Amino acid sequence: MKQLTLAAVLALTAGIAHAQQDTITLGMVLEPPNLDPTGGAAAAIDEVVYANVFEGLTRFGPDGAVQPALAHSWDVSEDGTVYTFNLNEGVTFHDGTAMEADDVVFSLDRARAEDSTNAQKALFAGIESVEAVDPLTVRVTLAEPNGNFPFNMAWGDAVIVAPESIETAATEPVGTGPFSFSEWVQGDRVTLTRFPDYWGEAPALAEATFKFISDPNAAFAAMMAGDVDAFPNFPAPETLAQFQADSRFKVIVGSTEGETILAMNNVEPPLDDIRLRKAISHAINRQDIIDGAMFGFGTPIGSHFAPHNPDYVDLTGLSGHDPEVAKALVAEVGEVRPLRLMLPPPTYARRGGEIIAAQLREVGIETEITNLEWAQWLEQVFTGKDFDLTIVSHTEPADINIYARPDYYFQYDNPEFQEVIAELGVTADPDRRSELNKAAQKMIAEDYVNAYLFQLAKTGVADARIEGLWENAPTQANDLTAVRWTE
Amino acid sequence: MLRYALSRAVSLGLSLLVASVVIFAVIEVIPGDPAAYMLGMNATPDAVAALREQLGLNGTLVSRYLSWAGGMLTGDFGVSYTYKVPVADLVAQRLWISLPLALYALALSTLIAFPVGLLAAARRGGVTDYGIMGTTQLGIAVPNFWFAMLLVLVFAVNLRWFSAGGFPGWQGGLLPGLKALTLPAVALALPQASILARVMRSALIETLGQDYIRTARAKGLSRRQAVLRHALRNALIPVLTIIGLQFSFLLAGAIIIENVFFLPGLGRLVFQAITQRDLIVVESLVMLLVFAVIVVTFLVDLAYAAVDPRLRRRT
Repeated sequence: MKQLTLAAVLALTAGIAHAQQDTITLGMVLEPPNLDPTGGAAAAIDEVVYANVFEGLTRFGPDGAVQPALAHSWDVSEDGTVYTFNLNEGVTFHDGTAMEADDVVFSLDRARAEDSTNAQKALFAGIESVEAVDPLTVRVTLAEPNGNFPFNMAWGDAVIVAPESIETAATEPVGTGPFSFSEWVQGDRVTLTRFPDYWGEAPALAEATFKFISDPNAAFAAMMAGDVDAFPNFPAPETLAQFQADSRFKVIVGSTEGETILAMNNVEPPLDDIRLRKAISHAINRQDIIDGAMFGFGTPIGSHFAPHNPDYVDLTGLSGHDPEVAKALVAEVGEVRPLRLMLPPPTYARRGGEIIAAQLREVGIETEITNLEWAQWLEQVFTGKDFDLTIVSHTEPADINIYARPDYYFQYDNPEFQEVIAELGVTADPDRRSELNKAAQKMIAEDYVNAYLFQLAKTGVADARIEGLWENAPTQANDLTAVRWTE
Repeated sequence: MLRYALSRAVSLGLSLLVASVVIFAVIEVIPGDPAAYMLGMNATPDAVAALREQLGLNGTLVSRYLSWAGGMLTGDFGVSYTYKVPVADLVAQRLWISLPLALYALALSTLIAFPVGLLAAARRGGVTDYGIMGTTQLGIAVPNFWFAMLLVLVFAVNLRWFSAGGFPGWQGGLLPGLKALTLPAVALALPQASILARVMRSALIETLGQDYIRTARAKGLSRRQAVLRHALRNALIPVLTIIGLQFSFLLAGAIIIENVFFLPGLGRLVFQAITQRDLIVVESLVMLLVFAVIVVTFLVDLAYAAVDPRLRRRT
């Protein structure tokens, strides 16, 4: 007991010593392979550089809404095909060169070029030409109207880079953001420092360090020992209760764009039979999976759409947990061979997979579980489409349009749905867009394309005196512009 | 001595050649395309194709093996697919953590094992001996990652004497660096020290029963003198073998300990590179580790010859 009091006193004095702190250390599970968000898909890249080092014409706010960034405003032509972006004045890159319309032209042309290795090349697919009207005005002409264009430009893959520094962007990124890159000790940490000539409001933090800790136990110890100040995506959800009970810390629970689904191979027998897919959807008890695999964090979903989106429709009722209905459907289908359930490494898949296998067995569906590494999963399941069932979280924002791609790994081919998505692509009217979004959700839920499990939660831990961290993850980022120490 | 060293060197070269072929072949057949991994689930096929071209993944197996192996001979290990920095730099950086850690752990383990092993052998059958045997048995049985977690809980979380992990870099000075490596080195050294102490003990006991020890005692040497002057040196061969094996293990096999203490060492680099299909890093790194193990074995062979003159004449 004496020791506990001593620890408490120590913690308090440590708190006083830190009062005027303007540096922060954040924990991350994965290290970014490189720091160029325009040349790789790894979420860890954006988690370090998005909104901190690099900015695009537009950006995502903490609520997922598209906000102005390097462009303070934009005009759209009558027919919706010409976007004119008005750039902020006095923006400089971290190397001191001015950010002007030419840099925007360079960045967008580079992303859509033939030899581009942009991981989200589709975002730029509709661009016909990009021109610099004057140093502060850029005109983008699209092949056809696209109401989503400002949204597309907010992605980390669409940030503005300078031609002078592009060769070394992977290891020494040069952007326009409030923080400039300072050091990268590979395998250990990346340090950013406040950029004194930032065009916008200066951030409260002078320095931010991202530390890479992949082991859940190590992450717990690092938080407890005070080695890291915040862990926005904390890898040990089983210990969150302990942090919650400790007044030195706060637990931040929000939502992500990750629709976690039990994906099914829609063309390969026996899952080409909608009755069997429906049986599986009814056999699954979402709450059991959320409790058992995610320690209670996660929101059940009934379609491929994020519950925090204003256009979300709750369709969980269409596939409520009902083993009797499932059994009847299985009986109708007749003898079914064991289904191959392929599981990528994340815990939601590995733990969730075992629970799902047990739930399916209860209604008479046998599964064979295979654990795969990501690279194997990408090759065999995602590209090779050699699977029956798999569990994966689709973390891209507003990505229901993947169901309009018949060659996408679950191979859903419905012309009616494809029309809805095509119309959505060219519609700017918010009311019509909302209708279309709702129709799309309903269609894939009624076709039981996949079994929709839950929206992945974002569970983070932080020192109780830190404020301004994102609660939700509209895109995978650790935006530090508003982060500060209180007191 | 020279002939002995030469014959060892030739077998070293051959082992390296065979290892390079095996490593390349095994790693190239692992499923998973590095380019597809890097660009993720939304990538368009032409972007993946462009990246494959950029990474030089489109050549034939033989031509890629030759350019890899040829590059290594000239000291060029290629450029990491994901980090986009030369593999040699990446490895050098990590080596500055893994090598000191391995040496630190080895020093600790030897410093503990020698006196303990000696003591146990000298007090054979006594309470001290049984105590040491029991403790070392426990030291071997305890998984080192669990012991590491225990160390973190006690010394980092509760006492706050050390940080829970991470490495500040040597530019901050020798002491902070050594301090950061202390808990991992202790965690690594404990099981090694236990093994080594037991080997030391049994080797000593065996030599103590030899005729020449009795002769030495008969000549008038004290028990202590006989042990230090004659028995110890003869007991060193099995001990050296174990130390050689342990060093290789510590250098390459500390993956779990590196994970527990989030140290950016070689083990974690291999692990990371495999999951990210950074094949060039995996290949070059495994090759380097093989090289290190073979060189250590070679040095141990030479050390045998140094402690046992008969070996020099035999070959």
